[in-house]
Amino acid sequence: MAQQQETVLTFRGLTRRFGGVIALNKFDMELTNGQIVGLIGPNGSGKTTSFNVLTGIYEANGGSIEFLGQDITSWPAQKVYEAGVARTFQRSRLCLELSIFDNIMIGNHKRLNHGLLFNIFQRKALREQIRENHEEARKLLKIFDPALADKMFDPVGSLRMIDRRRIEICRALISHPRLLLLDEPSAGMTHEETRELMDDILEVREMIDGLSIILVEHEMGMIERVTDKCIVLNFGQKICEGAYRDVASDKLVQEAYLGGE
Amino acid sequence: MTQSLKDKLVIILLAAVIAAFSITFIAIEEQVEIFALLVFAAALVLGGAKLGITASIAQSLARNERLMNFAFIAATIAVVFWFREDHFPLLMIATVLLYVIACCGLNIQFGFTGVVNFAGAAFFGVGCYTAAVLGGTSVPLLLVIVLGGVIAAIVGSVLIIPVLRTRGHYAAVVTIAFGLLFRTFLEVNDTLGGPQGLGVSGMNLFGWDFNNNIEISENLEISFYMNYVVLALIMVILTFVLMRRIERSWIGLNFDAVRLDETAAACFGIDIKRWKIVAFTLGNFLAGTAGALYAMMLGFIAPSNFAFSDSLILVSIVLLGGMGSLWGTILAAGLVVLLPEKLQVIQEYRFLIYAVVMILILLFRPQGILPRGLRAYIPGWRG
Repeated sequence: MAQQQETVLTFRGLTRRFGGVIALNKFDMELTNGQIVGLIGPNGSGKTTSFNVLTGIYEANGGSIEFLGQDITSWPAQKVYEAGVARTFQRSRLCLELSIFDNIMIGNHKRLNHGLLFNIFQRKALREQIRENHEEARKLLKIFDPALADKMFDPVGSLRMIDRRRIEICRALISHPRLLLLDEPSAGMTHEETRELMDDILEVREMIDGLSIILVEHEMGMIERVTDKCIVLNFGQKICEGAYRDVASDKLVQEAYLGGE
Repeated sequence: MTQSLKDKLVIILLAAVIAAFSITFIAIEEQVEIFALLVFAAALVLGGAKLGITASIAQSLARNERLMNFAFIAATIAVVFWFREDHFPLLMIATVLLYVIACCGLNIQFGFTGVVNFAGAAFFGVGCYTAAVLGGTSVPLLLVIVLGGVIAAIVGSVLIIPVLRTRGHYAAVVTIAFGLLFRTFLEVNDTLGGPQGLGVSGMNLFGWDFNNNIEISENLEISFYMNYVVLALIMVILTFVLMRRIERSWIGLNFDAVRLDETAAACFGIDIKRWKIVAFTLGNFLAGTAGALYAMMLGFIAPSNFAFSDSLILVSIVLLGGMGSLWGTILAAGLVVLLPEKLQVIQEYRFLIYAVVMILILLFRPQGILPRGLRAYIPGWRG
């Protein structure tokens, strides 16, 4: 089980400021292979900011990020994705006027051939690639919802919220990432739907070797059920870390959430 | 009758109706008749839409794409053949075809990728001036058309940095400024003819002079414009093949992703700058090739042909037809180029009417007259 202990991601003193506001303050974190970490905290505590800094949307003002042994602190978003980090967004960011298949293929970017000459002149090879990837996307989507897998060429804009979430997660998973960042997957869904979705994610994790997940979530039931470890942020600072049970009973955490006694 | 046979009949009938309508529209002169014909066509389309007939025609078309392409090409050839002896209708048809090519360029830029370009006429103009300058030299004229595109693309590269750094309104302003600069530059530059412009030698392919009428027999002399129409039609077909292949490939998908959500696209490895540069360059190339042939056909060009208003016409064709919609571009180019020529009454009010139509379209049908459909990577294949 030596591989299980391999460190996938390390934050060291990660800091991000917006003007005078310190959104992330010397955040330290470590994630090992196959681990699911829950990132919790009140609104504006820096959860999504940490995702944005990690994925290269924002630059870090201080500290470092190490992913699979490489310092990726100042990498652009594209390079971070190539290295194996895929994410979903808090407010679903699918291309609503494109089909389900199109949206999933956007997430498959690094495994497709984007050469101009290949795409324009080698149509036969391109069709082959389209068919193969279609089959793979279908298989992945089937785990989440068999009915959706039969509607691959329907526009995403015509689907329900839960289906959109599923597609967003498929878009992130299709490229076989090593690290999946889920930003509030339960937003806008019922308890039952959330539960269903998380079961599917866990099922997929079994299939992708060594997939680690960071989960930002307000839905504590979900955090309790799936995470190996929880990190609590407040005003950009880590105030607590540990198993959910310990974290939930921590005095500081209760104060942060409930505003003290 | 089987479904597929029915589809085929529908398509052939539709192509015949379109051809007949186009011929009638171009042939009649009486203002009242033209107006009546337009109202009749509009009523037919709107009525058909209400009864669901247009939707079922659209399905027939989608199921038989190859036949549809051939039927529409045949319809165009029929229209062209009908006017074989008449200069003016052929000139108009060739103009429409060349506008279609230029607008396909714009479609790659902002229909697909969302890179606004309000200097379309300037890049078209670069092609024109390339033809004017190189036309008198020993460079083969077919190559001059390609060079018109290449030079337009190179001139466009001046704009790449500002276009990449700005978005939305700011990018629009940058390209508007470029268009104005281009025209001013031509007006003060004496080697390029200044405000008086330049003469352009006509197309000549392997000794075949495009500017001579083609005498078939004593009582049949085909207008020399036929040469240009045929060449322009071939260029349109090539452009269409290129556009379709781009759209139905990962490149088209990257373009769409860049247009719809740059942040999400970047998070999935899509190089925003690369695809914007590809789209911008390719689009300018197409506009330049169209311009080169246009200049050869007219035989004379001046800076006043490439004003900001001409760029606006190109943009309005794209918006009117539907962003990224190829057939929409043809329909809109036909309407925008032919209507003012046919309806002399509106000539002076042209821009007023454009403006009103644009506002109405943006308000009530923002996706354009013939909206672009979902990407069908492989026609007829749904997994």
